[in-house]
Amino acid sequence: MTPQTPVAAPPTPLLQVRDLTKHYRAPRRWLSKPRPPVQAVDGVSFDLAQGETLSLVGESGCGKTTTAKSIMRLIEPSSGSVVLDGQELVGLSPEAMRLHRRDLQIIFQDPYASLNPRLTAGAIVAEPLRNFQSLSEAERQERVQWLFAKVGLRPEAAKKYPHEFSGGQRQRLGIARALALQPKLIVCDEPVSALDVSVQAQVVNLLMDLQEEFGMAYLFVAHDLAVVRHISHRVAVMYLGRIVEIADRDTLFDAPLHPYSEILLSAVPTPDPKVTPKRILLQGDPPSPANPPSGCRFHTRCPLAQPLCKTQAPALTPRATTKGSEHLVACHFK
Amino acid sequence: MDKNAPALLEVDQLRTHFDTLNGTVRSVDGVSFTLQAGETLGVVGESGCGKSVTALSVLRLVPTPPARHGGEVRYRGSNLLALSEKAMRQIRGNRISMIFQEPMTSLNPVMTVGRQIAESVQLHQKVGRKAAMAHAVEMLRLVQIPEPERRAGEYPHQLSGGMRQRVMIALALACKPEVLIADEPTTALDVTIQAQIIDLLKRLQREMGMGVIMITHDLGVVAESCDRVVVMYAGRKVEEATVGALFERPLHPYTRALMASMPALNTRSRRLAEIPGLVPAPHELGQGCAFAQRCEHAMPRCRAETPVLDNHAQQGVHLVACFAVDRASHTPSLAAQPEAAP
Repeated sequence: MTPQTPVAAPPTPLLQVRDLTKHYRAPRRWLSKPRPPVQAVDGVSFDLAQGETLSLVGESGCGKTTTAKSIMRLIEPSSGSVVLDGQELVGLSPEAMRLHRRDLQIIFQDPYASLNPRLTAGAIVAEPLRNFQSLSEAERQERVQWLFAKVGLRPEAAKKYPHEFSGGQRQRLGIARALALQPKLIVCDEPVSALDVSVQAQVVNLLMDLQEEFGMAYLFVAHDLAVVRHISHRVAVMYLGRIVEIADRDTLFDAPLHPYSEILLSAVPTPDPKVTPKRILLQGDPPSPANPPSGCRFHTRCPLAQPLCKTQAPALTPRATTKGSEHLVACHFK
Repeated sequence: MDKNAPALLEVDQLRTHFDTLNGTVRSVDGVSFTLQAGETLGVVGESGCGKSVTALSVLRLVPTPPARHGGEVRYRGSNLLALSEKAMRQIRGNRISMIFQEPMTSLNPVMTVGRQIAESVQLHQKVGRKAAMAHAVEMLRLVQIPEPERRAGEYPHQLSGGMRQRVMIALALACKPEVLIADEPTTALDVTIQAQIIDLLKRLQREMGMGVIMITHDLGVVAESCDRVVVMYAGRKVEEATVGALFERPLHPYTRALMASMPALNTRSRRLAEIPGLVPAPHELGQGCAFAQRCEHAMPRCRAETPVLDNHAQQGVHLVACFAVDRASHTPSLAAQPEAAP
């Protein structure tokens, strides 16, 4: 069940994100100078093919969740373009956007906060069907039962309320809701971070099984790199609002090029006491996105930094790979 | 480490039960372990297994009632559970201290971090306000906070998550404790910051020679930082071994399943092994082994009797509470055992 890397990307990818930017303007106080905007996401571009899993990784505050939510337009992007299946989403009217939401669903991190506590599990999963499909009540119930079976919940669970479920079961419920309209893309925003290891394995397996069966693409946002390696076809590493490296999973984990990717991967503890970690310790904390460093945003903490890095921001440029897949790195010296 | 030296801390058949309307919740049910000076003991398990309550019980931070304690926690010969609150306060934060998971909610938001550390020093040592503050700055320097003089005058909200956790460590170590209990010290942090904090804790332990109890659910953190490991499930210790033995030859079916269910960066298993079912609710625990319902090696006996800890090591100590150890440990591979044995 290892995800197979698609051999060649189809001519038009399912999702094309270009120069996506989200700046939060700080509220202006009376008589004070305007403060600089927080550059949460700054010019992010990538493609996602049908049936593919692309993971966004990085530390908290790097903008990975903002990117995912801007694509969904749950956060209104400041500028940029998001094309899903040939349709530009940025700038659509709310009603036009609503019609496209059936192709674009999301699973949230917190299975406690993302389910309406006053609806039964059955009603939660039936809601997207009610909104987008004209089915009879019986057909809808049948569909809900089918979805419950697909995500491994018992049929009688439909009558229960969210608080009666465990964390893992709630996440299954969130997955059933996202799956209800058979979307082309599901954004998974840290779907397993809140779960225990043993339950996490169940949910990761479920997500992979469902992708195999229904062929939807996942945009997977996570900070757990072991889970990311397990589930992804391709991985994008973000630092302070920008993508610094994007490559197929094996290239990224076995031969990362960007110094930040290398440091990030080396920081993951290995569950084997015989292995002495070859760790590169990163000094200090990430700078504030309201006042990001000039040039390459990583230059203040980078072991390879040169004067050039301070003045000129490196672009994401392709590197040679053995497998013929795309490997983009934003670094002057790698 | 001298194996024959008297233990610094001995937890002996510790029980922490809560009486609730749904019956008695046995959060910690007869847990024993020892800690030597200079040693790091890992306590691992999933949420609700009782690892945090164990830590809180050692420091008597669980309010009684509703909790009831049983057993003993011996530190330098005295049973902490029997001490008066006044005597306990001489020990808590002074001889035994603790680092909590959430550095934001465990620091006082309206007090500068320097003052918070100085307060603890003044409370336990006969020093003046100025000397205590100077000591606080020294502690901040020790945990590698840049510009400690300036940072000492800042409030917790002005610091990043990693820095707050460093302040927590400085606060816990200000009185040079002999025992440090770290309850998920890196869970709320990013991996790069986690690496910094673990590195810092290891270095400080080497320098100060304290015993550390590291409570975590992350087996990667355990492998990197611990000498011995206690695995807990549903309020009980199910396995204890040196870190080498545990990762080389995990014996309890729960430990084995836990390790198999973890995706690892260096292994390329095709499918994650799942542990079927859920951790039983604490008040629903009945007869027998708590893991029996989810265990692929469970026998009728497992559901009828509670297994006791037996030593299964050729040399040294490798305690396992399981009737099916021999069956479980002869299963060839750890991963890819999706179906329970018939």
